[in-house]
Amino acid sequence: MENVIEIIGIEKYIYLSIILFCIGVFGILFRRNAIIMFMCIEIMLNSANMLLVAFSTYHQDAQGQVFVFFTMAVAAAEVAVGLAILVTIYRNIGSIDIDKLKNLKG
Amino acid sequence: MNTLIAIGVLAVLVLIAEIINLRKMVIPMTVIGLLGILGYTVCNISVVEAYYNNMFVSTRFSNAFSSLFIALTIFIVALSNDFYKNEFTKIADYVSLKLFLLMGAICMVSFGNMAMFFLGLEILSITLYILCGADRKNIKSNESAMKYFLLGSFASGIVLFGIALIYGATGSFDIAQISNIAVSTSLPVWYALGATMIIIGMLFKVAAVPFHFWAPDVYQGAPTLTTTIMSTLVKVTAIATLYKISVNLLHQMPESYMNALIFITIITLTVGNIMAIRQDNMKRLLAYSGISHAGFMMMALTALGSASPNLFYYATAYSFAGMAAFTVLMAVCKNNEDELISSFDGLGKRNPLMAIVLSIALLSMGGIPVFAGFFGKFFLFSQAIQNGYITLVIFGVINSFISIYYYLKVIIRMFANYEETNREKLAVPALYSIIGTIAAAIIIVVGLFPSLLLNLFN
Repeated sequence: MENVIEIIGIEKYIYLSIILFCIGVFGILFRRNAIIMFMCIEIMLNSANMLLVAFSTYHQDAQGQVFVFFTMAVAAAEVAVGLAILVTIYRNIGSIDIDKLKNLKG
Repeated sequence: MNTLIAIGVLAVLVLIAEIINLRKMVIPMTVIGLLGILGYTVCNISVVEAYYNNMFVSTRFSNAFSSLFIALTIFIVALSNDFYKNEFTKIADYVSLKLFLLMGAICMVSFGNMAMFFLGLEILSITLYILCGADRKNIKSNESAMKYFLLGSFASGIVLFGIALIYGATGSFDIAQISNIAVSTSLPVWYALGATMIIIGMLFKVAAVPFHFWAPDVYQGAPTLTTTIMSTLVKVTAIATLYKISVNLLHQMPESYMNALIFITIITLTVGNIMAIRQDNMKRLLAYSGISHAGFMMMALTALGSASPNLFYYATAYSFAGMAAFTVLMAVCKNNEDELISSFDGLGKRNPLMAIVLSIALLSMGGIPVFAGFFGKFFLFSQAIQNGYITLVIFGVINSFISIYYYLKVIIRMFANYEETNREKLAVPALYSIIGTIAAAIIIVVGLFPSLLLNLFN
C-alpha cells in the first residue's frame, strides 16, 4: 500500500496545522466569550496533535502518536481546571464575558 | 529520579493524612519530609545519570536547581500554616498542590525528552491555575486565575506546536539526539520555527517584555502566597528551563537570532524597571521588578553552556530576596484589602525586625554590595563583558540604578515617616518572623560566601 503522506505531501499537513493554529490564536485574541476562548485553546492544541500524527507517519515512528495521548490527557486536565475557574466567575458576577473582568489594573 | 518519586509519595501521603484526619500533622510532616529530600538531593548533587530511556536526566545543573526549588517549597509550605488559618480544613489540598507543583518544576529542569518537558510544564501550570483561583469568593482572585489560565494555556499551545515542528524536523523527542542532529545536519526551516516557538512560549512563562502584560494583574489578584510561588519558584523554574532549552536547541542559530534575544533582554530590563517606578501597589511593584530581574537572568543566555553557575547564583539570590519580601508583605498586609505601599509607612517603628528583613531583601534585589544580589549581577555582567556584549551590560548597569530608586523609596517610607503614622505595633506571627529572618540570613551568607553555591558546579 502506498503511503498516504507521500500521495498528499507532508507540506499540506503542515499548512493545514498552521491554519488551524492561527484560527486558534486569533480566536483567543479577538473573541470575548470565555467558552469560545477555551475552544480556541483546544483548536491550538489539536492542530499540534495533528501535526504530531502527520510527522509520526512521515518518519514511520510511533513516538509522535504516543505523544498525542499525553497531550490529550493534559488538554483534558487543563480544560477541566479552566471550566472550574469559569464556574467560580459565573457565581460571582453572573456572566462569562471576559470584558467584565476589569478589577485589576494600574 | 529518587527525588521526584519521594516528592510524589510525600504529596500522596499528605492527601492520605487528610483522609485519616491528621490535618495538624500535614505541615510538620511535609517540612520534615522535604528537608530530608533536600539533604538527599544535595548529597547526590554530582550524580549524573539517565533514567527511563533518557526521559529523566539528572545532571549537576538539574540537581542544583532541584535543590533550590525544594528549599523554596519548604519556605512556602511553612508559610502556609498561618496563611491558610481561616481555611484549615483544606490545608491538605493546598500543601499537596504545592508538592505537585514542585514535581512539575523538577521535571522541567531535569527533562531528557520533550514529553517530560511538556508534562512538567503542564503540571506546574495547571496546579498554579488552581492556586491562583483558590480564594474563590474573591472576584480579584477569579480574574487573576482566568487571565493566567488563558495566557498560560495559550503559551502551552505555542510550546506544543514548537515541539511538534522540531519532531518533524529531527524525528526525535530526545533532547540529546535533537541537539546532535541539529549540529551535524542541515535542517528544514521548521526546525528554526519550532525552536522559536518553544522559546516564545517559555518567554511567556518567564514574563519577558513583549509577553509580560499578564504578570502584574495575575500577581496582584492571586492570594499572596500564590504570588510568592509565582515570583520565586515559578520564575526561577521558567528561567532555568529557558536556559536549558536554549543550550540544547540554539547552538546553530545565526547571529541575528542572538541579537533578537539580546534586544528582548534589554527591553525586559528597561520596561520592567520603568513601569515599577510608578506603582503604588507593593505586589505590582514586585511583579514589575520581577520582570526586570527576569531580564537580568536572561543575560545568562549570552554565554550558553558556561553560565549555569552564575545563573544559579542569581536565581538563588533573587528567589530568597523575593521570599523575604513577600513574607513581610504577607505579615504587614494580612488584614488589608489592598497591598498599598503606604501600608509600609513607619514599619521601622511598628515592627523593626520585619522592616530590616524587607530592607535587606530590597537592597539585595537592587544590587547593593555585601548582599547576594550584588554578586549575582556582578557575575552575570562580567560574563557578558567577556563574551563581548558591552551594550547589554551598559543597559544592565543603568537599570540597576533605576531599580535602586524605587527600592529605596519603599525603604525610606518604612524608616522616615515616624511622626505622621503613630499607629500601634504590628503583631506578626512568630513563624513569619522566623522565615523572614532565615531568608534574609541566607541572602547575607550567600553574599559573603559566593563560592558556596558556585562550587556546586565543579
